[in-house]
Amino acid sequence: MDMTNVATEMTDAAPHLPSHGHSQAAGEPKFVTRGVTVHYGEKQALFGIDLDINTNEVTALIGPSGCGKSTYLRCLNRMNDTIPICRVGGSIELDGENILAKEVDVVHLRARVGMVFQKPNPFPKSIYENVCYGPRIHGIASGKDDLDEIVERSLERAGLWKEVKDRLMEPGTGLSGGQQQRLCIARAIAVDPEVILMDEPCSALDPIATAKIEELIDELRENYTIVIVTHSMQQAARVSQRTAFFHLGDLIEHGDTDQIFTKPKNEKTQDYITGRFG
Amino acid sequence: MSEVVQVGTPSAAGRPVAVRDTKALVAKSLKRRYAAERRFRLYGVAAIAFAGFCVAVLFVTIFSNGYTAFWQTNIRLDVTLYPQDIDPQGDRSPKALSTANYQKLIKQAFGDLFPDVQNRREKRKLFDMISPGATFVIRDMVLKDPGLIGKRVQISVPLSDDIDQFAKGFIKAETPESERRVKDAQIDWFQRLKDRDLVVTEFNSTFFTAGDSREPELAGILGAIMGSVFTMIVTLAISFPLAVGASIYLEEFAPKNKWTQLIEVNINNLAAVPSIVFGLLGLAVFLNFFNLPRSAPLVGGMVLALMTLPTIIIAARAALKAVPPSIREAALGMGASPVQVVFHHVLPLSMPGILTGTIIGMAQALGETAPLLMIGMVAFIVDIPGSPVDPATVMPVQIYLWSDSPERAFVERTSAAIMVLLCFLIVMNALAVVLRKKFERRW
Ligand SMILES: Nc1ncnc2c1ncn2[C@@H]1O[C@H](COP(=O)(O)OP(=O)(O)OP(=O)(O)O)[C@@H](O)[C@H]1O
Ligand SMILES: [Mg+2]
Repeated sequence: MDMTNVATEMTDAAPHLPSHGHSQAAGEPKFVTRGVTVHYGEKQALFGIDLDINTNEVTALIGPSGCGKSTYLRCLNRMNDTIPICRVGGSIELDGENILAKEVDVVHLRARVGMVFQKPNPFPKSIYENVCYGPRIHGIASGKDDLDEIVERSLERAGLWKEVKDRLMEPGTGLSGGQQQRLCIARAIAVDPEVILMDEPCSALDPIATAKIEELIDELRENYTIVIVTHSMQQAARVSQRTAFFHLGDLIEHGDTDQIFTKPKNEKTQDYITGRFG
Repeated sequence: MSEVVQVGTPSAAGRPVAVRDTKALVAKSLKRRYAAERRFRLYGVAAIAFAGFCVAVLFVTIFSNGYTAFWQTNIRLDVTLYPQDIDPQGDRSPKALSTANYQKLIKQAFGDLFPDVQNRREKRKLFDMISPGATFVIRDMVLKDPGLIGKRVQISVPLSDDIDQFAKGFIKAETPESERRVKDAQIDWFQRLKDRDLVVTEFNSTFFTAGDSREPELAGILGAIMGSVFTMIVTLAISFPLAVGASIYLEEFAPKNKWTQLIEVNINNLAAVPSIVFGLLGLAVFLNFFNLPRSAPLVGGMVLALMTLPTIIIAARAALKAVPPSIREAALGMGASPVQVVFHHVLPLSMPGILTGTIIGMAQALGETAPLLMIGMVAFIVDIPGSPVDPATVMPVQIYLWSDSPERAFVERTSAAIMVLLCFLIVMNALAVVLRKKFERRW
C-alpha cells in the first residue's frame, strides 16, 4: 500500500479548516475548564478541576507522579476518547465553545490543539513526510510548493531546519532523541494549531537538548498557547508564565509562576516545590 | 584465586559478617555459564545439521528418482504424407485433415524399417513400441502446414513408455521375459533401431506443455499447474482482503467484550480444524446448495480460502498488535481519523508480518489435497483449464494420482511433479522474503 497516495486521496474528504486568527491578546483565557472530572472505569482520577489557560502564555502543570497532570492535559484535545474505559465530566471551553459536547468533531479539535508526547514518536517515515502529514490530511496545503514551504517553515520554527535540510528524505527515526522531539514539535506546528500540549517533552532528553527545547517553547509562545507538563521545577520556573499544582487528582493551587515559586499560598505547594515530597 | 569464603571482618555493627570473595565466585559461575552457553549452541548446531541432513536426503531421493522424467526416448521416422491417405477428396478441408488416418502413415513408416516382421502378432508388438502420441505429432504438423502433404518429412516421435523405461535402464534385460513388460523381440528391434542411429534422447517438453494422459510419455504437469494457479488466485483474492479486514476490525475497532472474545477463540479453533472438514463443507454448501461447478478451481479456491483465513487472521492480528501504540497516539494527536490511523500508519507497518502470514497460508493451501478430493478435483482431466470454472486438478492431487498409477514411467513423473511443486514453494517463500525486505526498507 502506498501511504503517500492514500494520504493525498483522503485530503479531499478532510473538513476545511477555518484559518485561525490568533487574535486574542495575551492573558485572555483560551481554555476555561470548570469542574473537570475523569474516571478510569471505577477509579476517579480528577476531582473537579477549575482552571483557565491564557492565550499566548505557557502554563506549566506540576505535581507528584500519578496526580493526574497527563489526564488533565489529554482532556484538552480529547485524547482520552481513545481510552475506552475513560469518562470525562464537567465543562471545557475552547474560545467559548464546549469541546466535550457530543457534536464537536475531534478531528477538527485536534487540528486546533496539537500535542507533543513524552517519548519522541516520529512516524517511521521520512522527515519530510512527518512534517507534511498533518497539512496533508487536513487539506491545508494547496500544492506541492505550498507543502514544501510549510515543511520548511515548520522545521525552521522548530529550530531543526539547518540540521536536516539536506536529509529531508531520510527516516525521521534516524535522528537523535532531541532532534526527534523537535521534529515532533515541527509536526505539531505544521497544521498551525492554536494550542500546543506538551507532556513532559524533555524527560527523555539530555540537558543540552532540553535547553534547546525550552528556548523553542519560549519563542513559540508568541504565536501559540502552550500547556506543558513537567517534573522539573526549574523548567517550570524558566519557561512558564502560569503554573498549576496538582495533587491526588485535585488542583491545589494555580497562579503566576513567580508567585507560586516565591510565595505559595498552600502548604502542600510549598512542600512540593521545596522538594519535601513528590 | 582463592575460593574460600572469608569470615571475620567486623561489620559496622561490630558483628562478624561473611565477606565473599566475589571475584572468585564470579569466575567460577562464569565458567559454568560459558559451558552452558557452549552446550546450548551445540544443541542448536546439531538440530540444524539434522534438519539439513533430512532435507538433503529428501531432495536427493526425489531428484534421483525424478530427473530422468525430464528426458524422453524418441525415434526419428521418415514419414511420407501420401495425399490419398490424408485427404482422398483433395479439398484440404480442416475436417478431413483432422480426422485422417495418420496412424496408418506411422505404421507404414515404422513397418518399413522392419520388412522382416510380417506376422500379425509380431506386427502388433512392433507397433506397440511407438507411442500413440506419434499420430498427433503428424496431425499437428499437417494441420499447421497442409502444403506438406505429398512430401516426405522427418519427425521425432516418442517411443512408448515401456521402451523408454527400458532405454533408461529401469526395465532390465536380465529379468525373465514373462516378468517384464518389454518382450525379447522388442528389445531386439530396439537394438536394431539404435544401431541405425534412429533413437534419440530429447528434452521432455511434453511434460511441461501437456495435461494428464493415460500414456505416461504423453502426460504433462501443465494442466495441474494451471489448476493450482487458478485455485491460488481465487484463494488469495478471497482470503487476503477478508482476513486483513477482519483482523483490522477485531484489533482496531471492535469493542473488547464477551462476543469479540468468543469470535477470537473460534478463529483459533478454525485454524485447528482438519482440512478435510472444509472439503465436506465445500461439498455441502458450494456444490450441493449453490450448485457451483464440480472439480472447478473456483470452488477449490473458495474451500482453501476458508482454510487459509484463520492462518492469515492470526498472523495479521499479531502484526497489528506489534505496532507500537505511540504511533497510533501520534497520528490521533495530529487529528487523523481512526481509519486514517490504520491505513496510513498501522497497516503499512504491519505489512511485512501480514505478508509472511499470507504466504505461509498460501503455501499450505498449495500443498493441500484432502479438501479438494471432496469437491471432485481428483478427476482425470486431460484438457488444460483456461479459466477458474473449467474442470481441473491441482499439483498435489496430480502427484497423488500418478503415484497411484501402475506404470513404471509414472514413478519418475511423480518425482518430477514433486520437484515442480517444490520449485513453486521455494519461489513463493523467496517472494515472501523479497516482499518483507521491500516493506521493511520503509522502516
Ligand atoms: N489508561 C489508564 N487506565 C487506568 N487508569 C489510568 C490510566 N491512565 C492514568 N490512570 C490513572 O490515573 C491517575 C492519574 O494518572 P496520570 O497519568 O494523569 O498521572 P500524571 O500526573 O501524569 O503522572 P506522571 O507524572 O507519572 O506522568 C493515576 O492514578 C493513574 O493510575
Ligand atoms: Mg504523565
